[in-house]
Amino acid sequence: MAKPRIVVIDYGVGNLLSVQRGLEHCGADVVLTADPDVVLQAERVVLPGVGAFGNAMQALAERNLVEPLQQIAGRGTPLLGICLGMQLLLDESEEFGITRGLGIIPGRVLAIPQQTTANLPQKIPHIGWNALVPADVPWRDTLLADTVPGDAIYFVHSFMAVPDDPAHRLADCVYGGHRIPAVIARGRTTGCQFHPEKSGEVGLSILRRFCAS
Amino acid sequence: MRNVRLIARLDIKGPNLIKGIHLEGLRVVGSPGEHALRYYQQGIDELLYMDCVASLYGRNHLADIVSTAARDIFVPMTVGGGIRSVEDATSILRAGADKVAVNTAAVANPQLITDIARRFGSQCMVLSIEAKSVANGRWEVYTDNGRERTGLDVIDWVKRGVALGAGEVLLTSVDREGTRKGFDIALVQAVSAEVSVPVIASGGMGKSEDLIDVVRDGGADAVAIADVLHYERATVGEIRAAAQAAGLGVRNYG
Repeated sequence: MAKPRIVVIDYGVGNLLSVQRGLEHCGADVVLTADPDVVLQAERVVLPGVGAFGNAMQALAERNLVEPLQQIAGRGTPLLGICLGMQLLLDESEEFGITRGLGIIPGRVLAIPQQTTANLPQKIPHIGWNALVPADVPWRDTLLADTVPGDAIYFVHSFMAVPDDPAHRLADCVYGGHRIPAVIARGRTTGCQFHPEKSGEVGLSILRRFCAS
Repeated sequence: MRNVRLIARLDIKGPNLIKGIHLEGLRVVGSPGEHALRYYQQGIDELLYMDCVASLYGRNHLADIVSTAARDIFVPMTVGGGIRSVEDATSILRAGADKVAVNTAAVANPQLITDIARRFGSQCMVLSIEAKSVANGRWEVYTDNGRERTGLDVIDWVKRGVALGAGEVLLTSVDREGTRKGFDIALVQAVSAEVSVPVIASGGMGKSEDLIDVVRDGGADAVAIADVLHYERATVGEIRAAAQAAGLGVRNYG
């Protein structure tokens, strides 16, 4: 069987090596690119990202990647946004003022509350291993098909991507008593707030599902 | 409460995994690759590589070790030792590290903390501090693997480092390092009370109870474990189970 080919968007934001190694470990051929034509012809696309929302959207716009990403998502090409890449899938972010996102999944990116639900101060960013909790959508037939509630994955983030429609929310994590979206999906677009490429075997099982999607 | 992170600390000299006492008298333990893979398979939460001669001789052997590890190990990796510039940080991140730990060069040029944080994000910039007790409740910052004194007060320096952009603090007690006598809890407590970023306690862990004490009484967010794992005196699973039995939050594994 031919290896699945995965296009990873290389737009100058963050370290792509780990994502590449993780996908290769799952048997994929990985192409790093910022070429809109390559993206438009891709079978599967990963949008990684670390850093600030506004800078990332600007970097996508400068490389003429905004419309191609919206197009491929619209026509059902599997698309996986990781960490900041997940947040970019939404309509807008409140990080450093309101910035428009890709608008592929309706919703907004908000700061993680600075206090716990018991009104105690909590550390931001949310760094470390946390458990997946079911949200509104069953995991069967999603990238979480091989994952069970309670499985832990690795987070590093200060903002959270909140979809408008609960039907786009697959899994949350709980931080300081607050439920934070961990996995969101609409059609064949999925967003993971955590880093599957840094989340041990649980993370690899999610990447493996994406390679087979 | 967030889960305490269990971090395997691998001190590296040339191609070897080594272990010292007070960061000196280094002994070869074995192959860093074999040890790292074993800890990953046991469920370690993160790995920390420190090149202990790099800043002395001005070279860095770590890129190869890190790059090999990154093929089979899928948990966060922090790398320190000999990182003097944004270029050094870039090349070690390209080799597969997720975060860089900077000590000597940050003391010499504090602006480097800001430069690395601006370029890669604060979450990537770990301020490594080697602390030696100088009086009751006072610690001095050392560099070059505990060899050079700086005259800086640990509390003053950590506050400045975090203000400059450090997203995490690796706090090594030179007094306790390699002694198996337990962490310097007063040091960890003093530092974690002053900063809002996560603090990794390092130096002195001889048994699982030491970890429990430094989290509970010292407020550590993470612990660096070397000796206990390297000499197979406990597995990651046993340490995690002990922490959980004591009521600490840990990553659900396996």
